[in-house]
Amino acid sequence: MDIILGIKLNDSVLIATSKAVTRGISVLKASDDKTRNLGDHSAMAFTGESGDTVQFAEYVQANLKLFSVRQNYELSPKAMASFVRKELATSIRSRKPFQVNVLIGGCDINKETPETSLYWIDYLGTNVELPYAAHGYAAFYALSLLDRHYKPDLNEEEGIKLLQLCNKELSTRMPIDFKGLRVKVINSQGVKEYDDLTAL
Amino acid sequence: MGSRRYDSRTTIFSPEGRLYQVEYALEAISHAGTSIGVLSNEGIVLAAEKKVTSKLLEKDSSEKMYVLNDQCVTAVAGLNSDAGILVNTARVYAQQYLARYNEPVPIEVLVHRLCDIKQGYTQYGGLRPFGVSFIYAGYDDRYGFQLYTSNPSGNYSGWKATSVGANNSAAQTLLKQDYKEDISLKEAKELVLKVLSKTMDSTTLTKGKIELATVSKKNGKIVTKIWKPSEIDALLKETGIVKEENEENEEIN
Repeated sequence: MDIILGIKLNDSVLIATSKAVTRGISVLKASDDKTRNLGDHSAMAFTGESGDTVQFAEYVQANLKLFSVRQNYELSPKAMASFVRKELATSIRSRKPFQVNVLIGGCDINKETPETSLYWIDYLGTNVELPYAAHGYAAFYALSLLDRHYKPDLNEEEGIKLLQLCNKELSTRMPIDFKGLRVKVINSQGVKEYDDLTAL
Repeated sequence: MGSRRYDSRTTIFSPEGRLYQVEYALEAISHAGTSIGVLSNEGIVLAAEKKVTSKLLEKDSSEKMYVLNDQCVTAVAGLNSDAGILVNTARVYAQQYLARYNEPVPIEVLVHRLCDIKQGYTQYGGLRPFGVSFIYAGYDDRYGFQLYTSNPSGNYSGWKATSVGANNSAAQTLLKQDYKEDISLKEAKELVLKVLSKTMDSTTLTKGKIELATVSKKNGKIVTKIWKPSEIDALLKETGIVKEENEENEEIN
C-alpha cells in the first residue's frame, strides 16, 4: 500500500512517496525513501514487490550513470523512461520478472527551453507521459482530486498545495498510516529533496 | 628502414614506438579520393572526389556517401569495402539506440562507438585495421550541427571544416584560408566545390567526378540528402564552377 504520486507543473515536477515500510501487519520503518535520482535532473519513484523495487531502481540508476560517465552526456528524461520501459518489457518475458511500477520525473535541459516531463511506467512495460500520475491504491483517492484541481500552469507553491490536499485525503481514507510523504522537486536547477510534505 | 621486422604485425610496437600497420592504413587513405566537410550554422556540406576509372563505369552510383540515420550522413575515404562493414555497424547501432532510448543517437556517441571498433583492430592480433577514414555530418539537440572525422587508429575529432584523403593538407590550407565563422549553407557548398576543384587531379569538375551530401534543417526538421548527379550538375552551373563534360562529348563522338 505504498503511495507514489507525481505532478508536472509549469517549470518543475513533484514526486511524492510514502515513508512507511510495511510487512504483513507491521510497520517496519517510518523514514523510507522510495526514490532514486537517475541523473542531475531526474528522479524515479517506485513501488512493488519489496526487494525487487530497490534492486531494479539501483540497477537502472547504475546503468544510466555508467552511460553518462562513458559518453559525458546525460540522457533526457524521455530517453531514460524509454530505457526503463525496455528493461521492464524484457524482464516480464523472463523466468522471474521484476514486479515494479515506477514514476519518472525529469527536466530536459538540452532543449532550447528546459522541458519538464512525467512518465508513468508499470511492470508490464507500459510507458505513458502524463501531467499527473499515481500507482497503486493511492491512485484511487488522489486522481479524482487531481482531475478536479490540476492545471498545467501551476507553479511550485500551488503544486505543493495540491499535494497537501492529496495527503489529507489519503490520510483520511487509507486503512493504515503511511507515515507521511517525502517530496522531490525537479526543475532545471536539479533535484531538491524534502523529508516531509508537512514541513513545506 | 627498421620497419621490416615489425610491420607485418598489427598489434606490436616497433622499437621506436610505432604501429606500422596503422600507419600503412593511414597511408592507403592518403591516396584515396579527397572528401571534404564544411560546417555552417544552417547545416553541413560533404563533398567527395570520385575516382572514375573508366568511362564504361556506371557513374550515377554513389559510392562514398552513406546515410547512417535520419540525422547523420558520412563520407568515406579509403577502402570502400571496409567502409561498408563499419557503415552497417553504425546503422545497426543507431537503430538499436533509437529502439532503446526512443530518441536519435547523439552524433558523438555514434562516432565514439565506431572508433571503439576501429581501435580494437589496432590491438587484437591476426587482423588488419580498417583502412578507412570517415567524415561524419550530423545534428543532435545537444550540440546542433556537428562535423567529425575518424581514422584507422580509432581517434576522432570535431571540426568546422576538414578533409581526408589525397591532398588533404592542401585542402585543409584552402579551407583555413576561406572559412568564415558565419558562413551560410550556400557559401559552404561553394567553398566545398571550390576547394575540391583545386585539389582534384583532374582540372575539370563534373557531376560524374564528385559526390555531394548535405544535412540541413527544413521547417524545423532535420533533412539528410545525398545529391543526385543532375542536382550536382545544376549546382555546378549555378555556382559557375561548371566545365565542359568532356567524357560525354567523347561518347557522342
